[in-house]
Amino acid sequence: MENLLSYIPLDISLIAENFDRFLYGVWVTLNLTFLALLLGGLLAIPMAIARASGHRIFNPLIQVFTYVFRGTPLLVQTYLIYYGVGQFDVIRNSWLWDPILSSAWWCALIAFTLNTAAYTTELLRGAIADTPTGEVEAAIATGHSYRSRMRRIILPSAFRRAIPAYSNEVIFMLHGSVIASTITLQDILGVGRWLNGRYYLAYEGFITAALLYFLIVLCITWAFRWFERRYLRHLVRRDAAPQPTEAPKPVA
Amino acid sequence: MDLILEYKSQLIDGTLMTVQLALTSLLIALIFGLLGAWAKLSSSRFARRLAGLYTTIVRGVPDLVLIMLVFFGGQVTLNNIGSMTGLWGYVEVSQFAAGACTIGVIFGAYFTETFRGAIMAIPRGQIEAGISCGMSKSLIFRHIIWPQMVRYALPGFTNNWLVQLKATALVSIIGLQDLVYNAFTAGRSTGQLFTFMAAAFVIYLMLTAISDLLLRAVDRHYSRGVVRAR
Repeated sequence: MENLLSYIPLDISLIAENFDRFLYGVWVTLNLTFLALLLGGLLAIPMAIARASGHRIFNPLIQVFTYVFRGTPLLVQTYLIYYGVGQFDVIRNSWLWDPILSSAWWCALIAFTLNTAAYTTELLRGAIADTPTGEVEAAIATGHSYRSRMRRIILPSAFRRAIPAYSNEVIFMLHGSVIASTITLQDILGVGRWLNGRYYLAYEGFITAALLYFLIVLCITWAFRWFERRYLRHLVRRDAAPQPTEAPKPVA
Repeated sequence: MDLILEYKSQLIDGTLMTVQLALTSLLIALIFGLLGAWAKLSSSRFARRLAGLYTTIVRGVPDLVLIMLVFFGGQVTLNNIGSMTGLWGYVEVSQFAAGACTIGVIFGAYFTETFRGAIMAIPRGQIEAGISCGMSKSLIFRHIIWPQMVRYALPGFTNNWLVQLKATALVSIIGLQDLVYNAFTAGRSTGQLFTFMAAAFVIYLMLTAISDLLLRAVDRHYSRGVVRAR
C-alpha cells in the first residue's frame, strides 16, 4: 500500500522547473495553429465562392484539391512536404530551399494551412449553398450585382451560419498541430516528449501536455460560445415552447 | 515506379496493418459509442455525468498525446500494478494494442454523439406504439430502433470512420509498422522519400474512396422507402 501511495503522485517540482519550456511550447502551438487557420481561412474564402458558384474551370480543380487533402492523413501531408520535397535537386538548389522548405516550422505551416484550407472551403461552400433562396432573390430583385450580392447578403450570413462548424475545425486543427512535434518542433507535445525522454519518465510530460491542450480547447469553446451568442442572436428562438423534432419522416 | 514495385510487399503489409488497426479500433469505438449513447440517454444522473466527462476529456486532448500516454505510461502502470499485486509478471504493451485501444476509446466519444443524435431522431410515438402493441424491449430495439438508427447515424458514422482511418496514421509514430512507417523506412533507405510518401498518400486516398463507395451502398440499402428532400 505504501508502495502504491509513493507511486501515484507525479514529480510536480520537475514540471514546475521546466514550466517555462512548456509555456514556450504553448506559444509554438498557438502560433502554428492560428497562423495556419488565418492563412487557410483566407485561401478558403475565394475557393469556397468558386466552388459554390460552380465555376467551369476552378470548381473541379478546387474540388480535386479538397478531396485529396481531406482524404489523406495530415501526418502524411506533413511528411510529404518536410521529408519528401528534399528529394528533388531542383528544389534543393532553388531560393525556396534555404529559408523555407528546409525549415520544419515552415513545412508544418504549409501543410497545416493547406489542410485547413481544404476543410474550411467545403464547410464554407456548404454554408453559402444553404443561403435561403428568398434572400438571394430579394437581392436580385433590388438590383444587386453578383459581386455586391455576395459581399452584402450571402457571405455575411454564410459566415455566421458557419460558426458552429468552424469551431470544430479550429479544435481539430489544434489537435492536428501535435504533428509538428514529429518533425522536431518543440510545441506542447514536443516539450512533453523532451521532458519524458530526458528524465526517463512515463507520465509527467504527456500529462502536462494533455492538461495544457485541454485548457486551450476549453478557451476556444468558450470563445466560440460567445461568438455564437453575439452573431447568431437572430437565430435564437424567443419563445420557450418546445421545438418540434425536424427529422425526415419515413414514408409508409 | 520501379522502386515502388521493388518495395511493394512492404507497402502492402503496411496497408494491411493500417486496415487491420482501423477496423479493430472501429469495433472498440462502436462498443464505446453505444455504451456512451446509452449512458447519455439513461435516467441515471451518474451515468449521464460520467458519459459527459468522457466525451469532454476526449475532445479536449489531441489523439497523439493520448496514444503516447497509453503506450509509454500504460506499460509502466501495468507493470507496477503487476509487481505490487503479484498477479502478473513483466508485460509489454504492443504498439498495436495501445493504438487500437486509444483510437477506439477516442472515437467512441465521437460515436457517442452520433448514436445519441440518431436515437433521439426516432419519433417517440413509434416506440410508444411498440410498447402498446406488447413488443418486448429487445423486439422494439431490433425492429423499430435499430433499422432507423442505422439510417440516421450513417452520415455521422461515415464521417467518423474517415477521420478515424486517417488518425491511425499517428500510430506509426510510436513504431507500429503501418503504411506510413513502412513507406517512410523504404523512402529513407532508398533516398526517395517523396516517391514513397506520395505512394502512401495515394493508398490512403484509395482507402477513403473505397470506404466512401461502400458506405454509400449501405446508405442506399437503409434508406429504402425514404423520400429525400431536394
